[in-house]
Parts: sequence; structure tokens; C-alpha cells
Amino acid sequence: MPDHSAQSAAYLRETSEKIALLKHAPPEGFLRKYVFSLDHKVIGKQYLDLALASVVTGMVLSWLMRFHLGFPNAAIPGLGKLAPNAAAGGIMTPELYLSLMTMHGTLMVFFVLTTAPFAGFGNFVLPMQVGAEDMAFPRFNMMSFWVTFLAFLVLIAAFFVPEGPPLSGWTAYAPLSALGKDAGPGQGTGQTLWVVSIALFCVGQLLGSLNFIATTLDLRTRGMTLSRMPFSTWAWFITAVMALIAFSVLLPACVLLLLDRVAGTSFFIPAGLVVSDKLQPHAGGSPLLWQHLFWFFGHPEVYIAILPGFGIISHILPAFARKPLLGPKVFLVCLIAIGFLSYTVWGHHMFLSGMNPLSATLFSVPTLIITIPATIVTLLWIGTLYGARLRFTTAALFCLGFISVFVTGGISGFFLAQPSIDTYLHGTYFVVGHFHFVMGVAAMFGILAGTYFWFPKMYGRMMNERLGKLHFTLTLIGVYCIFMPMHYLGLAGNVRRYSAFTDDYMKGSLPLHRFITIAALFTGAAQLIFLYNLIWSRLRGAKAPENPWEATSLEWSTSSPPPFDNFGGQHPVVSHGPNEYGVAGPAGDHVMQASAPQPVTI
Amino acid sequence: MWIGIAAITMSFAAYTSALIVRQGSAPDWQHFRLPPILYLNTLLLLASSGTLERGRRLILKEAPWRTASTSQGPAWLLLTLVLGLLFIAGQVFAWRNLAAQGLFLATNPSSAFFYVFTALHALHLLGGVTALGYVLGRLRASPVWPPMGALDATSIYWHFMDVLWLYLLAVLALWF
Repeated sequence: MPDHSAQSAAYLRETSEKIALLKHAPPEGFLRKYVFSLDHKVIGKQYLDLALASVVTGMVLSWLMRFHLGFPNAAIPGLGKLAPNAAAGGIMTPELYLSLMTMHGTLMVFFVLTTAPFAGFGNFVLPMQVGAEDMAFPRFNMMSFWVTFLAFLVLIAAFFVPEGPPLSGWTAYAPLSALGKDAGPGQGTGQTLWVVSIALFCVGQLLGSLNFIATTLDLRTRGMTLSRMPFSTWAWFITAVMALIAFSVLLPACVLLLLDRVAGTSFFIPAGLVVSDKLQPHAGGSPLLWQHLFWFFGHPEVYIAILPGFGIISHILPAFARKPLLGPKVFLVCLIAIGFLSYTVWGHHMFLSGMNPLSATLFSVPTLIITIPATIVTLLWIGTLYGARLRFTTAALFCLGFISVFVTGGISGFFLAQPSIDTYLHGTYFVVGHFHFVMGVAAMFGILAGTYFWFPKMYGRMMNERLGKLHFTLTLIGVYCIFMPMHYLGLAGNVRRYSAFTDDYMKGSLPLHRFITIAALFTGAAQLIFLYNLIWSRLRGAKAPENPWEATSLEWSTSSPPPFDNFGGQHPVVSHGPNEYGVAGPAGDHVMQASAPQPVTI
Repeated sequence: MWIGIAAITMSFAAYTSALIVRQGSAPDWQHFRLPPILYLNTLLLLASSGTLERGRRLILKEAPWRTASTSQGPAWLLLTLVLGLLFIAGQVFAWRNLAAQGLFLATNPSSAFFYVFTALHALHLLGGVTALGYVLGRLRASPVWPPMGALDATSIYWHFMDVLWLYLLAVLALWF
């Protein structure tokens, strides 16, 4: 039947695609529903819970470090019992300090700043915002979470091996990270666990970003054109493209590092290295190769952490300003420009590696150029706020806080982008202050804004606004007290990565370090308010309506919390963009994206 | 599928750049002769792409009037799977050949990269074998509705594994 075959092929393809897209059956049983769930909403919450566990762990580690920096001679109660070798009598050794720093950085960068804004909120919200009933590959999605969870367990296991966690920092520079236990305590099993954990993490995030891209491209509902996609979905999509490229470079780097460690190869270890009075049996490797591979991932990673925050802020801010985001097209062009440029600037982390001054200039120029789209985005937010009658909810406050800390942290970036200034500042607390503001606190404020905003959709209950505002105020004051003085310390020549400053030269910085320590403990304590609010609201919060914030995007067109297939057996039809605030519509001063009356039943 | 391919391409690009940097960083690169079985393996893999394409077209043409007993499509897919496994067996043979010459993973940067490249390619191909096995299982379970989406994706991936291997072989032949 030759004349049928072309027709049948098309028919067949269409049908099998439809079968593939059909909703998975409602989950049954506790395991399928809450543990090994295929539902993107459950997986998103699992990612957020994982991030919460990681951020609590990471914060406790930073408390221990800060306490030792502020009070180098005071014993930390209980620490002597937990680590009898590394902290005899409760006073930590410099090696233990470095271990805590490594674990703090790794947990925060990978398991908090990547999982929460990107994998967590992205998973929960993105399929709803495009009008799909789930991700394109729900099984890959589940694997993505569980591989990431396994990576977390492997990393945490490093605390429990005899020599303790590794001490080569979250960047794991070779050859320190590539040699075995000759290189120091924790550089044996601990460092191997670290490499395995990060390699697994790469696999998990690759599966996740593949899913994000396929879902955004293929599962948009009728009428959801690319230009009608909410800004947050755009940001997650661009982030997914970046993550796909970045993590697929970090994974090979980890494989090669692992081989250097366990199989005796010499990819990163040079010849003639004598460590702990032993000539290392390696030759010819290039330590700089690790830095290049790592930072080719590492710099985009900074934007993988912050771009979802950009999206979240641009999504939330118009809803509370009751005004459309200024320059939506310009915003998207800026996001894409940032995504692209982030691959051309990795060398600015390596100005001190002895690179050719010409290369340094070549890396410095795009680093300065990338500030242009970032500045435009910031101005668009401020322009959106101009003349707006802002509704001061906690989510809106965290958006304002985001803009504030992002600008503060971004401005110090201008200085660091110049190789000549960076040469002096790179090894100091100036850099610590810079990246904690621009990457750490800013991304964290994005996460918190998202939490206060989407919590009603997640759990069907409102969070307590009074506690939320208290949490915001204390946190904002706290982070400025912690990280602003660090810039001053850096300018004064206070080196980073040291466990204590008790020598004659640095002794003068001790009072300021003490102030930072107290501010850190205080800010950490303020997070208990958030934790209490989170738990209390989940159990006792006021019932949330379908659309408590009067927002326009599709996740607000379904019940709170949504049914397992998001729209109750229907696909919404989209007839408007996400940015229609401040216009008269049937719902008041805004037009919902799915204001068309006839949804498509599938 | 194309997105997955982009990721794998990026990974192998990273390995290749590592190779170039590593070779330039120290004068200890030791050249060795590639085991000749690699060329036979290459032929096996190329043939497997041909058989896969033939099987896929047969299945597409015959469905949905096909009955399990008359179709030859699945047999071609099975042949593809066997060829893929033979390729991997051939690669193992090549490793043993090198090992017999005293070239191990840690012997020299050149042998290290050889093992890394071939092992990772074989690992990726095993993924293709698994996917093909899944497609065959689906075909057996329901002969009337072939899993066309999965089959198409698998064959794109399989052909990509071919191209990737040709690229790696070119790199190996040029540098080793």
C-alpha cells in the first residue's frame, strides 16, 4: 500500500507522540506519591527541601568558621567531642577550618544556589506556566532528583570518614585536589567523595536541564507563543541551556580528576612534585588545565545561580507594582546576552595564575561588557517601580532587597574586573564580600521572594506576612552588617582563607571580624523566624485562594494546590501575554493569560 | 534527543581540549600504534547504522497493518544490537591488546587519553544498546503500535554514536 504509507507514517508519529504526552495516571500509594514521584510539583518540592537541608548545614558550618575568626582562642562547646583530632579542646585547627570552608562552599553553590532557584522552583512552576501537565520526561525528572540526592549523601559522607572532609575549597584546585592523602588531612577519601559527589551532581543537573529545554520547546499549550512566555520561564529556559553546556564540561573535568586520584594518571599533576617529603609518582600534568575546565563551568555557574533570580524578580515585581515590567523585550535580550557572555569571561578568575597580560585584558573586556546587560536589567526593575503604587508584601520586599544587594555586589565587580586591581584584591576579603553579595545573598533573596510568592500555590495556605516582614527586615540589616565590612577588610589587605588573624600585622582587624561574627550569628538566628513561619503556615496558615496576588500567569488559573495534572484534565488556552498589568480587564486591573473561556480537553 | 547530543558533544569537546592542553604542557607524549582491530570495529559500527536504518524504515512502512509474524523489521534491529555489542567486545579486545604491550591507563598521557576516550564512547554506546533493547521489548509487547518516537530517538542517537566514533578515531589516528 504505497500511497498509504506516507499518510500512515505521519499518523503513526502523531499518535505515538500523543500517547507519549498523555498524562501519567494519578499516583497511588505513599511511595509513588511522595517519594519516587513522577509529578514535577512533588519533585520541585523535594529539590527545595534538599536545598533547605543543605542551607541549614552550610549555615551551621559558616557559624563555626565565623566564631573561630572572631574569637580564635575561645573553645566552641561540643566541637572537641565531635572532632577530637581536628579540634582538640574545642579550638579548631587551620585544616579543619579549611574543611569547613570547602564543605560550606560546595553545599551552598551546588546544593542550594543551583538546586533551589533553578531545579526547585523551575520544576514546580515551569510546566504550569507553559500550560503543560508535567515535564517532557517525568522519569528523567525523577532520576534527576534522586541522582542529586545521592550526590548530597556522598558529599555529606565526607564528614564521617576518619580524616574528615577535603580542604581544597569548592573550586578544588589541582594539584592539591589531585594528590592523595599526602596533601593533607581530608585529601584522601574525603576528596575522592567530593569528586564523585560533584560528578553525580552534574549528571542530575544535565538530566534536569534537558527536561527544562524539551518542556519549554515542545509542551507549551495552545496560544503560548515564545513571546507570551512569563519572564521566569524564559529565565529558567536560558539557565537550562547554560547548565547543559556548563555541567557537560565539569563532568569530564571530574572524571579526569578522579582518574588522577585513583588510577594513577597525570592529567593535572606536574612532574617532580614533593609533598610531605615524598616525591609524587606523577609527571607532565597541567594544574592550569583544571582551572580552565573548572572555571569554564564555574563562571556560567554564577549566572546559573542568579538568572533564575532575575526571572523570579521580573515575574513577581509587576504583580505587586501593578504595572507591566518595563521593556520586556529588552529584558529578554539582556538575559540572552548575559547567558552568552558568561562563557567568555572565565579567565577573570585566573588573573593570578600567571596568565599572559594580553589574555588577562581579553578576559577583562567581556567581563566589563557583561555588566551592561546586567545594569540595563536593574534599571528596568527600577523603572518598573517608578510611579508604581507598590503592594508591600513580603515577596515584594524581598524583590527590593534583591535589587539592593545585587547592585551593591555588582558594583564591587567593576573593580575586580580590572586585572591590575584584582591582583591586589583577589586574595582578600574584598572578593568574599563581593561574591557573597552578588551571588550568595542576591540569589538567596530571589529564593526567599519565590518562596513567599509561590508558597500558597505549593501548599494551599498563605504564609504569615507579619513574621515575613520581620524576617525580611532583620535579614536585610544582617547581611549588610556581615558583608559590607568585608570590603573594607579586603582593601586593608586582610587575606582570605586564613583560619585566624592573631599575628601582629593582622591583629588590628580582629574587632571588625568580631562584629561580622556577631552579625552572622544574629542573621542566622533571624532565619529561625523564617523556618518557624514555613512550618507553621504549612500546617495552620490561612487557606489560600486560587490567585491571592492577582497575578496573570497560568499557575494562578488553577486551584491552590493544583491537581496532579495541573489543570484538571484540561489544557488552558492562552490569549494574552504575562505582562498585562494596569489595564482594565474582566478581573480588574489586569488580564489573565488564560482569559479565553474555552479550555481544550485532552 | 538533539539537546542530549549537544551535551555529549560539549563533553567530548572538553576532553579534546584537555588532550590538546595536556599534550602541549609537557614533552612526555609517547606515540604508539593503534590496535588494528579498531578499524574492523569501525566497519562493524558503520554497518550497524545501516541495519538500524533498514529496520526502522521497514517498521515505519509496514505499520500499522503489520503482524508480528511477517515483519522483518525487528530482526534488523536485533542485528543492529548484536553489531553494537560486537563493537564493544572489539574495543575490549583492543584494550587487551594494548595491555599486552604494557600500555595501561597510567602508563603515559597518550594511553590515558586512549582509554578515557574509548571507554566513555563505549559507555555511551551501551546507553544506545539499552534503548534499542527497550524498543525491541515494546515491539514484542505490542506489534501493532510500534514505539515510533522511541525508535526515531534511538536511531538518531545511534547514528550520532557513529559520527562521534569517527571523530574520536580521527583524533586518535592524528595524535597517537
